[in-house]
Amino acid sequence: MISDLLQGSVLIGILYSGIRLAAPYLFAALGETVSQKSGVLDLGVDGIMLMGSFIAFYVVFETKNLWLGVGAAVVVGILMGLLMAVVSVTLQAEQGISGIGLYLFGLGLSSLLFRTMIGSVQGITGFQVLRIPVLSDIPVLGEIFFNHNILVYLAYLMVPAIWILLNKTTLGLKVRAVGQNPEAADSLGIHVNRVRYFGVIFGAAMAGLAGATLSTGLLFVWQENITNGLGFIAVALVYFGGWRPLGVLFGSLLFATVNAFQLWVQVKGIDIPSDLAVMLPYVLTIIVLVFASGRVRQPAALAKPFERSG
Amino acid sequence: MSKKSSSGRATSDRLFDILLPVLATLLALAFGAVLLALLGKNPLEAYGALFQGAFGTVSGITQTLTKATPLLLVALGICIAFRGGVINIGGEGQIIVGAISAAWVALTFASLPGILLIPLTLAAGVLAGAIWGGIAGVLKARFGVNEILTTVMLNAIALQLMNFLLRGPMLDPAQIAAGTNVPQSATLPDQVWLLRLVPRTLLHTGLILAIVLAVLVYIFLWRTTIGYRIRAVGLNPSAARYAGIPVRRYVALAMILSGAFAGLAGAVEVTGVHHRMIEGLSGGYGFSGIVAALFGKLHPLGAIPASIIFGGLLVGADKMQRTVQVPSSLVVAVNGLIVLFVVASDYFVRQRAKRRGRTVGERELSGPPQPSLAMEQEAFNDQ
Repeated sequence: MISDLLQGSVLIGILYSGIRLAAPYLFAALGETVSQKSGVLDLGVDGIMLMGSFIAFYVVFETKNLWLGVGAAVVVGILMGLLMAVVSVTLQAEQGISGIGLYLFGLGLSSLLFRTMIGSVQGITGFQVLRIPVLSDIPVLGEIFFNHNILVYLAYLMVPAIWILLNKTTLGLKVRAVGQNPEAADSLGIHVNRVRYFGVIFGAAMAGLAGATLSTGLLFVWQENITNGLGFIAVALVYFGGWRPLGVLFGSLLFATVNAFQLWVQVKGIDIPSDLAVMLPYVLTIIVLVFASGRVRQPAALAKPFERSG
Repeated sequence: MSKKSSSGRATSDRLFDILLPVLATLLALAFGAVLLALLGKNPLEAYGALFQGAFGTVSGITQTLTKATPLLLVALGICIAFRGGVINIGGEGQIIVGAISAAWVALTFASLPGILLIPLTLAAGVLAGAIWGGIAGVLKARFGVNEILTTVMLNAIALQLMNFLLRGPMLDPAQIAAGTNVPQSATLPDQVWLLRLVPRTLLHTGLILAIVLAVLVYIFLWRTTIGYRIRAVGLNPSAARYAGIPVRRYVALAMILSGAFAGLAGAVEVTGVHHRMIEGLSGGYGFSGIVAALFGKLHPLGAIPASIIFGGLLVGADKMQRTVQVPSSLVVAVNGLIVLFVVASDYFVRQRAKRRGRTVGERELSGPPQPSLAMEQEAFNDQ
C-alpha cells in the first residue's frame, strides 16, 4: 500500500480529489464563520445543504440551466436562513436546538420533495471542468490545482473574499462587534439583531451554494440524505479554523484530503477495513477540536441571544 | 396588575406551558398539510391514514407503544442533559454502541440463565452509552470542546463501527454459511428476550421499564441533591460555581447519564424487538427523542405522553406511505418544524416570567416543577 501511495499518479489523484471535495466544505464553513462571528450558531447547515442540493439538482434536471439551479439553491438558502433568524435571533431560541429543528426540516422536506417530484435516482450533466489556460499546463501543479469546474474555483475565491468582508469593511466590523460585545455595539448605535440577521442569512445562502456544489459540481446525482452529515462537519471546521477564513481553508483541505485518501483506500480495499477508514476523518476532527479549544477564543457572545436591557 | 390569586395564576401559567407545544405541533401539522396540498396530495386523507395507522387499531396502538419505548428512554436522557445545560445530539451513536454491546454480551454469555443474563445485557448497553456520551461530556468539562460537535462526530464513528462489526466479527455465522451476508448478528439466546406484553405483537416489558425510569428520573432531578445541582448548573453555571458546585463535574455527569439512557434504549431494542443486532436499529430515535423531550417541556413525566405521540407519528407515517403513497419523510420535516416552533414559543414563557418580575431560574429551583427551556441564556441574562 505504501509503495502504491508513493507512485506519483496516485498521490496526484488523491490531492486532486482533495482540492475538489473541499469546495462544499469551504462554502458552508466560510458562511458559517460569518454567522458565528455575528454571534449566531447555525447548526442547521446540513439541512440547508440538503435543500440547496436538491433544488439545484431539480432545476438543472428540468431546465438544463446550471446557473438557474445554483441561483435557486441560494434563494432556498436565504429563505431557510430567514426562518432560522426569526426563531434564533428575534425569538431568542436556544440555538443548538433550533439548528437541529432546521436540520430535520431540511432532511425531511428534501426527501419528501425528491420522492414526490422525481422518485428515482437520475443523473444530470453538471458543471464541466474548466481548464485555466497556461496555468493548467504546468506539470503536476497544473493537474492538481487548475483543472476544476468553476464552482470549485469560486469556493477558493471565497476565502480572501470573506477575509476582506470580515476585516476590511464596515459591515464586517459590525458583524464582529455584535458577536463579541453586543451591548457595546448597541450603545454605539449598531442594530445588533439586524446585523445578526445578515450573518445568519448570508451563512445560509452560502450553505445553499455548498449544496448546489455537491449536486451540480461534484456528484451529478441526488439521493436522500446526500450530504451524509457534511454540514455538521462544516460547522466543526469553523471551530477547527479558529473563526478565521485561512484556518477554515486549512481545515477543509485537510479534511477533504483525508476523505480522498480514505476513498482511495476503500477502492483499493486491502489493508484497512473500509468502514474503519471512513471513521478516520471524524476521529481526526475530535482530536483537532481538543487541541484547537482553549487556544482560540470563540466570539464572546456566540449562541447568546441579545435583548436590550431596560 | 392582575387580581388573580397566585395559585390560580400558577395553574393558568402551567396550562399555558402545556398548551404551547400542542399549539406548536398543530401549527407544524398545518404547515405539512399546506405542503401536501401544494404537492397535489390530499392532506386530510394523508393525516387520516396516519392517525388511523397509529391509534386506530389494537395492532397500531401496540406498534405505537413499541416505538414509544426507545423514544421515551432517549427523551429521559435528553431531559437530564438539557436540564444540565449540555446539548446531546449523540443519541443515535449512543443507541448503536448500547445495542452492539448488549448483543455482544448476550451472545458471549449465552449459557447464563435469563435472570442473570437480562440485567447483564441491559447493563452492557447502559455502560456503553454512558461511555459514548461520557467522551463528549469529559471533553467538554476538561477541554471546553463543544459537545454538539463531538456528539455529531461520535454518531458517525458509531455508525461506521457498527458497519464494520456487522460485516465482520459480529456477522451471523448462519448468514456466512448461506452466503447471503445480510449484515446482522446471530439471534440472541431466547432467555434474554424481554417478555411480550401482548401476544403476537412486538410490545414488550421494556415499556414498563421506561415508564418506571421516567418516574425515577423525575425524583432524581427534583428530589435529590445531585439532581438539584445538575439543574442549577444548567440554569446558571456561574451562580452554581459561586455556590460551590463543581460545575465541570456535573456537566460531565449530565452527559454520561444522558448517554446511559440512550445506550439502554439500544439494549432494549435488541432484547425486546429484534432479538439480534441489525443495521438501522437506531432508526432516528436519537433525533426523535429530542423532539419528544422538547414536546414534554423537558419534564420526565411529560416525556411519557410525548413519546407515545411521536411514536404514533412514526408508525402512522409508515402506514400513510403504504396506504395513500405519501412519503413518510413528511413526518421528519414536521418533526423539524415542531422543534423550531417549540423552542421559539419559549420566548413567550420567558417574556411572561419577566413581566412577573421573577426570573425563570428562581421559579425553577424554588417552586413546583415548571420546566422551561432557558439554559445558558438565563446565565447570560443574569450576568
